[in-house]
Amino acid sequence: MAAAVEHEVSHPALQHHFDNLEQQREAGTLGMWVFLVTEIMFFGGMFLAYTLYRSKFPDAFASASNHLSLPLGAVNTVVLIVSSLTMALAVYSAQVGKRRNLILFLVLTIVLGSAFLGIKAVEYKDKYVDHLVPGKLLPGNAFSPVVAAHGDTDPHKLHMIGSATVKQVEMFYWIYFAMTGMHAIHMIIGVGLLLVLLYFSWRGRYGPEYHNPVEILGLYWHFVDIIWIFLFPLLYLLGRHLMHA
Amino acid sequence: MSEHIVSLKVYFTIFLSLMVGTALTVWAGLQDFPGPLNVIVALTIAVIKATLVVLYFMHVRYSSRLIWVVFAAALFWLGILFALTFGDYWTRGWL
Amino acid sequence: MQAPETFETPAAERVNYLNAQYGLKSWLLTKDHKRIGLLYLGSISFFFLIGGLYAMFIRLELLTPQGDFLSSATYNKVFTQHGIIMVFFFLIPSIPATLGNFLVPLMIGAKDLAFPRINLLSWYIYLLGGVITIYALLAGGIDTGWTFYVPYSTTFSNSYVIATGAGIFISGFSSILTGLNFIVTIHTMRAPGMTWFRMPLFIWAHYATSLIMILGTPVIAITILLLAFERLAHVGIFDPANGGDPVLFQHLFWFYSHPAVYIMVLPGMGIISELIANFSRKNIFGYSFVAFSSLAIAVFGFLVWGHHMFVSGQSVYAGMVFSFLSFAVAIPSAVKVFNWTATLYKGSISYDTPMLYALGFIGLFTIGGMTGLFLATLGVNVHTTDTYFVVAHFHYVMVGGTLLAYLGGLHYWWPKITGRMYPEGWGRFSALVIFVGFNLTFLPQFIAGYLGMPRRYHAYPPEFQVFNVLSSAGASILGVGLLIPLVYLIWSMRYGKRAEANPWHLPGLEWRTPSPPPTENFLVTPLVTWEAYEFAPPEELRVIGMFKEDESLEDADAVINGKPL
Repeated sequence: MAAAVEHEVSHPALQHHFDNLEQQREAGTLGMWVFLVTEIMFFGGMFLAYTLYRSKFPDAFASASNHLSLPLGAVNTVVLIVSSLTMALAVYSAQVGKRRNLILFLVLTIVLGSAFLGIKAVEYKDKYVDHLVPGKLLPGNAFSPVVAAHGDTDPHKLHMIGSATVKQVEMFYWIYFAMTGMHAIHMIIGVGLLLVLLYFSWRGRYGPEYHNPVEILGLYWHFVDIIWIFLFPLLYLLGRHLMHA
Repeated sequence: MSEHIVSLKVYFTIFLSLMVGTALTVWAGLQDFPGPLNVIVALTIAVIKATLVVLYFMHVRYSSRLIWVVFAAALFWLGILFALTFGDYWTRGWL
Repeated sequence: MQAPETFETPAAERVNYLNAQYGLKSWLLTKDHKRIGLLYLGSISFFFLIGGLYAMFIRLELLTPQGDFLSSATYNKVFTQHGIIMVFFFLIPSIPATLGNFLVPLMIGAKDLAFPRINLLSWYIYLLGGVITIYALLAGGIDTGWTFYVPYSTTFSNSYVIATGAGIFISGFSSILTGLNFIVTIHTMRAPGMTWFRMPLFIWAHYATSLIMILGTPVIAITILLLAFERLAHVGIFDPANGGDPVLFQHLFWFYSHPAVYIMVLPGMGIISELIANFSRKNIFGYSFVAFSSLAIAVFGFLVWGHHMFVSGQSVYAGMVFSFLSFAVAIPSAVKVFNWTATLYKGSISYDTPMLYALGFIGLFTIGGMTGLFLATLGVNVHTTDTYFVVAHFHYVMVGGTLLAYLGGLHYWWPKITGRMYPEGWGRFSALVIFVGFNLTFLPQFIAGYLGMPRRYHAYPPEFQVFNVLSSAGASILGVGLLIPLVYLIWSMRYGKRAEANPWHLPGLEWRTPSPPPTENFLVTPLVTWEAYEFAPPEELRVIGMFKEDESLEDADAVINGKPL
């Protein structure tokens, strides 16, 4: 009632509990997708909070959104999309066995990811300077933006629309920091993992037969890009049209 | 190996589409559309961009049905979270 | 290098996963799912003892209507910590991390789980979360109730909310990684011939549980983070002063915490399916129905969370929808109970210890489940919310349900895990003591709650004292009953009768390998050509890959068990 299964000659990367590399690859890819499901639900909770409060305080959210730097946000969006391309090209290079290209594209992805984080740091610094960090998170720099009077065009002051109140604006920034902060943490982890992958690529570990780690890190990286694809319009583009009114 | 290698041409086409989508979304954000259209336009463009990334950069277009189901399940569950929570908020004023 | 094992190697010398390597490092750095299951068994038992200690304090305090040795503030911490430890550090991981880890690969014919190192990591993450939580308890404790409701937890509580939250947040990753491992393993690593519908129902139950772990746990993770962020910033999305809504916290919290109770009970139901079929020597009635009902519970379980919020300020219309869906979610559970009962009918029933636990489960889970319907009824809920009726309900399903299933499964698979039998007499005795003690503890609580005794109160009106005294008496019996297996199970690891590969003579794949199994699980990769509960004569149920064609059953068993020929 039982029979043995033949085992092929093993590739050094084949783990002992798998029958062959194909099974190992299938498992790795499915595992990363299941993990991404958890990430979708994780960010989903914050998107829920955002949607709820945006619908409750449209004017405050629009006012707060306008205070964010559209150029920096747009540049960051472009940076991330280019990094997604370079990541996809890294996977491609591994698939076709071009080690130098793999290394090049991983380096480019790391550079672009770091650029994103650098720009984010600049944006966070701007919020700090304008006293927009919510509540008493930073002792000594409580949330206390200066509201612009009608006609005042000082970019550091908060320009309120309609029935917006400062407390509601604080709500926006709370959500802004929670969502972009979580996103940034995921980017940092991604860059860290890319560095590890870069090391192993340089050591020649990946080729056409075995490159699943590159593929699955690519999945993670694209996912983090998708989160930003939604964050950008929802956080930065809410009330621009109202400013011109 | 049952792996499908996506061509460079596809990657670059998708990349260009994403850049166009980004430019479009910034432009649309600066226009004053009537009613809720600003939100609808912004979200539609975002969904299209995300779909392109999922299908082509993340290879779901060439993956097994299981992967597709896994991804669809996540979206469905997110939908449950949103639908039933908003089911509460939207009906609060009714009684 | 050791001589290759043959069927002539006596059992006592056979290399298995326990004696393959010795030393602390070989355990702490193991990748073997069986050893990891045992590591979890130890840690989970430890947390169960701590949670039990808190329960003891609760029941002692509640012997008299007035406050005795616990102030109300301390009492708040005691019941909070009892809940947190029992829910997050015992019930949620218990069956999946111990029995699930051990058995999933064995039952599907795999050499290990898909990601052995992630499995080990999940144990360390669980420990880290546990250590941080214990630190919070020792540093001063937390008094918000295990439900962490805002604004008390964000704004007014002076206890260790963030530290405890951090411990729970971290241990949630352990849950996620376990679920992820199970899903990938079941999809990609089944042995040849092991189709989905030949898998034991234990596997279906763990698959469904893993779905819940994956989809739900991240939401509580973000909820705890948002709670901590709000507590640190002194402002936030749950704070009415900013226009926030405290009920949003409850939506996010219960979105996970309701499905979490199915994480707790589904694996138990998987065990019961195994016990009922195997100790009735009968194929489970309605295999597909039971399998699909596990999936249905996993899905429907996500649609009912608002039944914890009927009186919170949630809209009445949402309440009605959640109430209706809560009735619906009872249906797949009922399907299981009917199928188990039908399996018992005309079965050849043996009343070994595991079967006693299984029968207890069916009765107690039914009571617990039906009282859930009471609570799902909007009108009744208004009166019973936050009373001991709720407390009794969930203890019936979690203790009368999950804990009994866990103990039944532990006894059933004990010979496979340790290679030794537990003492059957003591097993039956403690099962009965536990059953009696449990009912005496919690049945009076239904009545007290229905009559109006509130939960989470350290002092109560004198008319409830008789129920509390009965309950505390029951709790002492239950406590004793639970300590007895601890003693004899540990005793049996050294002195118990050595078990053969298939002591119960059952068809499951886990019984077709030596007890304890070798590190790689099977001597050869199995080729499965039989259904899940296809009972057969013992000579057809021997260890796969370890017998000669013309060898007699007695000779083969004698050799396998080290008995003289």
